[in-house]
This record gives sequence, structure tokens and C-alpha cells, in this order.
Amino acid sequence: MQTRGVNTRLDLSPAIRIGLIGGIVTLLMCLIGIVEVSDVRAVIYPFLSLGDTLLLIAYMLFCSMAVQRMLATSGGKLPRLWVVGSGALAGLLISAFLAGLVLIGNWIDLRPVFIRASPQLYALLTFGLSPDNLMLGIIANLLFGLALGALVGAVYLLPERLRRALVLGLALIPLFSILGSAFFAQRGLSPLAALIVFVVGAGASYLWGGVGGTVKQRIASLPPARQRAYKVGQLVLMALVVLLLPLSGPYPSQVLDLVGLYVLMGLGLNIVVGFAGLLDLGYVAFFALGAYTMGILTSPEIQWATVQWFGVTFTFWMALPFAVLVAILAGIILGVPVLGMRGDYLAIVTLGFGEIIRIVALSDWLKPYIGGSNGITRIPRPVIGPIDFNSPGSLYYLIVIGCLLAAFVAVRVKDSRLGRAWMALREDEDVAQAMGIDLVKTKLLAFATGAAFSGLGGAFFATMIGSIYPHSFTLMISINALCVIIVGGMGSVPGVLLGAAVLVGLPEILREFSEYRLLLFGAALVLMMLTRPEGLLPEARRKLELHEAEAETPDESGDKQITVPA
Amino acid sequence: MLQRLKRRISGTKLAMWLIGLVILAVVIYGAINTLIWGQYTFAQWLDLSIYGIAQGGIYALIALGYTLVYGILRMINFAHSEVFMAGPFIGYFVITAMNQAGWFDRGWGLTIAGLAIILMIAMAVSLVIAVGLERIAYRPLRRAPRLVPLITAIGASYFLQYAFLGLFGSNVKGYPDIDLLKGTWNVLGVDILRTQVVVIVAALFFLAILYVFVQRTKTGKAMQAVSEDKDTAALMGIDVNRIIVITFLVGGALAGAAGFFYALLFRQVKFDMGFFPGIKAFTAAVLGGIGNVVGAMLGGMFLGVTESLFPNLVLDGVCGWGTTGCIPAPYQLKDALAFIMLVLVLIFRPTGILGERLATKKA
Repeated sequence: MQTRGVNTRLDLSPAIRIGLIGGIVTLLMCLIGIVEVSDVRAVIYPFLSLGDTLLLIAYMLFCSMAVQRMLATSGGKLPRLWVVGSGALAGLLISAFLAGLVLIGNWIDLRPVFIRASPQLYALLTFGLSPDNLMLGIIANLLFGLALGALVGAVYLLPERLRRALVLGLALIPLFSILGSAFFAQRGLSPLAALIVFVVGAGASYLWGGVGGTVKQRIASLPPARQRAYKVGQLVLMALVVLLLPLSGPYPSQVLDLVGLYVLMGLGLNIVVGFAGLLDLGYVAFFALGAYTMGILTSPEIQWATVQWFGVTFTFWMALPFAVLVAILAGIILGVPVLGMRGDYLAIVTLGFGEIIRIVALSDWLKPYIGGSNGITRIPRPVIGPIDFNSPGSLYYLIVIGCLLAAFVAVRVKDSRLGRAWMALREDEDVAQAMGIDLVKTKLLAFATGAAFSGLGGAFFATMIGSIYPHSFTLMISINALCVIIVGGMGSVPGVLLGAAVLVGLPEILREFSEYRLLLFGAALVLMMLTRPEGLLPEARRKLELHEAEAETPDESGDKQITVPA
Repeated sequence: MLQRLKRRISGTKLAMWLIGLVILAVVIYGAINTLIWGQYTFAQWLDLSIYGIAQGGIYALIALGYTLVYGILRMINFAHSEVFMAGPFIGYFVITAMNQAGWFDRGWGLTIAGLAIILMIAMAVSLVIAVGLERIAYRPLRRAPRLVPLITAIGASYFLQYAFLGLFGSNVKGYPDIDLLKGTWNVLGVDILRTQVVVIVAALFFLAILYVFVQRTKTGKAMQAVSEDKDTAALMGIDVNRIIVITFLVGGALAGAAGFFYALLFRQVKFDMGFFPGIKAFTAAVLGGIGNVVGAMLGGMFLGVTESLFPNLVLDGVCGWGTTGCIPAPYQLKDALAFIMLVLVLIFRPTGILGERLATKKA
């Protein structure tokens, strides 16, 4: 342990701490079953499964965190040996947890308590050596952790440009593999394909690292007209991609429909939460009302509202305005009693409202009218003249039109008088009122606009699925929509697109994870709030707000003892 | 302009009052009809009330966790319902193991000792989770805008719920039937289910202890001081961080106890069992006036009793005397009641039964 740095005593505690945390997290991953469940899908066929990949990612993430922290605490004066060494130490610690699990699991059966602690998991962790050559397997596991950690540490000795290229190349392999198997029903990349992806990805990144800055500069130095042309070109390209996506098949189209619905709802909720700062956890209520209105009016099963009242059966297009109208009315009706409430009370009351709608829809009381737990089935698909929107692919275009409408409203309203009133409301209600903003009108308008889009989404949902049940309208929908805008960046319209694609599209593609979707949601929300509360594509103003507080109060009475690892 | 605004606000207030009066009239009309009709006997009402008190005791214990944390941090600890779930969930594994080892077949003494041990374990688990949450998820965000910790709490709630699902499975786990708790006891001439007696007595015991702790001990007084004014309390030599940890600790332990009683009463645990009791306990805390310890106790009891009486008392009679069946299966609407009451309370008395005015713009 020779250290020739300035500090003669080398403090290894950051690496040890992160290694321990990594060990616990990885252990949890194994026991929750996410590793084992995803083991059936190959990333590089036939060598590397998705389960292995997850473990590898966990190892690499925590080892690199350990190295980074060590580099940061030592002020960049860490001896080269210990750059490698701290990574190896963290890797060894992670392995120690997993080895401990395998050892204990082989000694006593853990399955009565931890249902996922199966022999398959132990075999996976010990390279297939577990039941027969237990000790060999455990040693292999420990050595693997040591070696991988050292490797990660060694990468930090490389120049940054090369390191980035390597990381990007590696990250592209699982990405391509997963997308490939989702859209083309393939069983993972072949080793050669994986190598090509890696080389191309890493090479492109390396080259971009050389010329990327100058390319950006050159674009920035172009005359404004040309720049606008570039932007228009980008938009046209994006539009083409969006329009061509459903051609990839019926299943991806279904996923796209769902993503589109969440974009629609996210844009609506963005107005309520992102613009006006009213945390609405009962957003599903309007979604449900829109869907039920559509169902009641168009399904041939339900006659009381259509044949008996109006003497006609409604088509999709006749029912659509009613669905939106009902949602808007509900938004206003909910809005009135909660006008004077603060954020967190508002959250609980709106949550309650969503649950009331679901419970009432589920009860026997209204069963003759809205089907109770049997729901409403046989909801027809929309038809325009000769075009029958009866496939997920064609319905997708309708949803895109709805999204465009919502995005248009959101963008136009944002900088209008009303949008600025909402933002003032979000900042400080009292001051906003003092500035002459009509609180009642402004708040109700926010609720009504948000509800309208949710109702529209509900109507699309009803016709997309063809049948609706109270079970479809749980709190989860509200939480999903909220996550979409938080992950994307509250108040930002492109953020909603990104958030929906990441949070709704990704879990659909990774079907093995559907069981863990909420777990990952929860973890993502917490991590997001701790490290990047402004979201992935934040709105500039909001970003400033969230970081202003930190700048003002750097450390106050020991409140900020934790510094979150970057 | 101001005049017009004033008029419109009072207009919406008027409308709200009208809605409230209509609801009140319906409730009274339904109750009177049901009572005159006499479909239920006195003994049935008594059973329902006692069940309601047992339920209310549990709500009160959970509500204390919300109220204490809200009083000090001004945040709704959304993950408290998972703190409530975690204790009895781990307790399940212990009680099953003990039951299989025949612990509960060896007489009174051992049975009571065994139950006490499981109660302790449940409290300890919940306490650890509550304190861990504070340390990992809430403490770094103490100065953040108010939506940020709330969203963190929602995330933590989902994370915990589904971590338990992944670790221990999604099936309902049944608590064993313990001989001592089978059947009824005769208390003051009324036959009451033994589990209900145990739950009511134990809940009242914990409520009393908490009351004494908050009102009489030095730490309890420090907690009150911190919830009044954090900065001044710090100037008076109170370690605010320590008090916040203690608050989460006490709230967590009470939630664990409540969870264990809940498991005894309903004899089952599940990963998502915390959601409804959690929401209802929050309602109870608001009912009593959030931040107020006695209020949370009263609110919990009130909500429990109302919830068990209301479906039969009001909904059966709401269509007029003797006409049963216009609302079939009224108990299905039980869960909606808590939310309706929450909305009503926040409209008409945002301060709750015993609280100061917090629901509106203050803080």
C-alpha cells in the first residue's frame, strides 16, 4: 500500500461506502427477481442475457461512482494504482453481497420468505457453478467483481474522449438489441452484430468528440435564415418519423397509441400542474369520465342515454364533444370546492375525487346504467366516410392529431395573458391576487383545460380498447401521467413527449419488466427529485427556480449534509 | 374590481354551503328513515359501532404519524401507508414461524408474550423504514419547493410497495388463527369479538402513551416547539434534526403497531394493504385538524365509527321508508365515504375539529 501522493494516508471510505450501497442495491435487484425474470431475453445471443446485462450495468455504475467519488475527494491526486484499486474494491464489495446470498441460499432455503431466491438465481450469479461446485462458483463471482471493478477503474485512466466513446459504444449494444427485438421480433444481436454496433457507436462518438464542437459552432455561425431552414428541416424529419412509425407493425402501433394517449394526458396535466402549480392526483377521474361518456353514448349495450333519451345511436364523432364537455364540467365542479386549498391538501382531495369516481363506477348501485364491474363493451371505432379507423395503426394518426391540438394549445397559451397568470399563481398566490389576477377564474380555467384533454384522452382510450372497466381507471393512471411530466420536465412541452416515450414506451417494449414498472417508477421519481428535480428537458424558468433555493442557502443548520452523488 | 371579486367568491361559497346543506339533509333524511323503519336491531347497531371503534383506533394510530410529521415538516408523508404495511408484513413471517412451532398452543402466558414480541417486531420494522425514508428521501429536500418532497414521497411509496411485492410475492398472506383470540368475550354484558377487544384496548393504550409523551416529556415538548417554529426552537438549544428523526421514529412505531392490529382484525396482509387505511388516516388527521395530536385521535375514531355505521344508517333509508334496494350493496360505497367527508371537511371547516387554519394559504 505505497502511496506517493501528497496525502500520505489514503482514505478509502468513499469507495467502501459506495461499494456497500451498490451491494445492497444489487442484492435487492436479485431478490426482487428483476435479474432472473429478464434472464430469458438475450442481448447478445447466445452469450449474454438481459439479466446478465442488468447485473453488469449495476456493477459498472457503482464501480464508476466509487472511482469518481475517490477522484473527487482526493482532489485529483489519486495514485493511478488506486484509481484501479478503488474500482476493484467496490466491485469486490458488490460481489461479496451476492456471494453471501448464494452461500446462505444454498445453506437454507430462502424461498418461503423471498419468493425469488431460487436455485436458478444462484446459478446465474455463479456462472452456472452453484449447486455442484459452490465454492468455485463463489470464488468466481468474487474474482469477477474484482476484475470488472478494476477494469472500470482502468477506464478512468484513459483520456476522457476515449472513455466517453467506450461507454457510449457499450450502452448502444443493449439499446439496439432491445429495440431490435421489440420491432423485428429478433432474439438479440449476434456477437458480430454487437461488435459492429460497439465499434460504430464508439467510433462515431470518438470522431464527434473531435469535430462535434466545430460542427455546432459552424451551425451557430450560419445566417439566421439558414438556421431557420435547419430547424424546419429537423421538424420535418421528426414529423416524418412520427408519421411513419406505425408502419412497423400492429404491436408497436398499440404501444405508440398508448404513448400518444399519455402525451395527450401529460400535456393536459402539464397545464394544471406545470403551468398553474395545482398538484392534481385525481386526473384519472376526467379520463374515466371521458371514457365512460364515450362508452355510454356509443356502445349498443347501453340504451338509456341514447335510444331512450334521444332516439338515436351515437357515432364516435357525435359522442366526442360530449365526452370532452362532461370532463370539463367535472373539472369545474371539482375545481370549485378546492379553490382555496394549498398544494398538498389539493393533492389528497383530488386523489379522493378520482377514487370516488372509480368506487361509484364499480358499485352495484349504478350497475344498470354503466355496467358496474362488468364494464361497457362493444364500443365502436371511429369512421370518417370511407375510412374506418379500426386498426391501432390508423387510430394512431387520430391520437397524433389530438396531441398536436393539445401541444398547440399548450404552446400558444403558455405565453398568453392566461399562461402568465397561471405561472404567477404557481409562484405565489397572494402576490398574484394582489396583482389583480382573478384567482377563481384562473384556477377554474386551469382545471377545465386540463380536464378537457384528459377527457379527450379517455374517449380515445375507450374506442381504442373497445371496452372499459372500472379497474382500468386506478390511481396509477394519474401517477403515470404525473411521472410523465415530472420526468420530462415540468412545464415543458417537449419534455412531455420525451417523458411519455421513456415511461410508457420503454416498459411496453421491455415486457419482462411490466411487473416492476411501478417499482422502477418509484425509484425513478425519488432519484429524479433528489438529483434533477427539473426533469430531463426542463423549462428554463423552472430550472432556475429549483436551483435558486440551493444557491441562496448553501448550508443551513446541517440541513444539507448529504450531497447527492452526481 | 375588488368588489366584484369579493362578490364572486362569496357566490361560490354560497354554492358550496348549499351543496353541503343538501348533503346534510339527505344524510338526516336517510338516517331517520332507517331508524324509524327498524330493519336493524339495537344489538346490530352496537356491533357495528364497536367494529367502528376498533377500526377508528387503528386510523387514529396511523393518523398520528401523518399529523406529527405534518406538524413539523409541513409535508404529507405519502409513504406512511407503506410504513404501516411493512411492520405487519414482516411480522407475518415471524407469527407463521411461531405458530408452526406451536408457540400459541402452550397457554395464555406464552401466547400473550408471543403477540407482544410480534408487535415489537412490527413496530421496529416500521420504525426503521420511517427513519430510513427520512434520512434518504426527505432530509436532502428539506429546503426544496413544497411539491418536490411530496412527489418524492409518492415515489417512495410506490417503490416500497412494489419492492415488497417483488421480494415477498403478490398473494394475500393470512395471519394464523390464534386460539386465545377466537370467539367473543363478555364485556359489561355485551358479547364482543376478542380481537376487537384487544385492538381497542391496545390502541387506547398507545394513544394514551403518546399523549403523555407529547405533553409531558422534555422530548415531546421539544417536538411541539419545533412544530411551532423551527428556527426559534433551534435558538433555544433544541437539536432540530434529532427531533425530526424522533418524530419519524414515533410515527413509524405507531404505524407499525396499527398495522399489527389491522392484521389481527382482518387476519391478512398484502403488499398494497396500506393504501386505503393510509388515505383514510390522512382524512382522519385532517378531520381532527392536522398537526393536532388529540385531533388526530378524535378524527380517527370519528371516521371509523361513521364509516361502519353510515352505509346502513343512511344509504338504506335514503330512498324513503321501507324501500330497500334502491342502493344495492351500500357497503361498497364505504370507501368513497371517507373521501366525501374529507372534501366536506375541507370546504366547511378547513381547520378540522380542533385545528388551526392550515389548509389554506399559510406556510
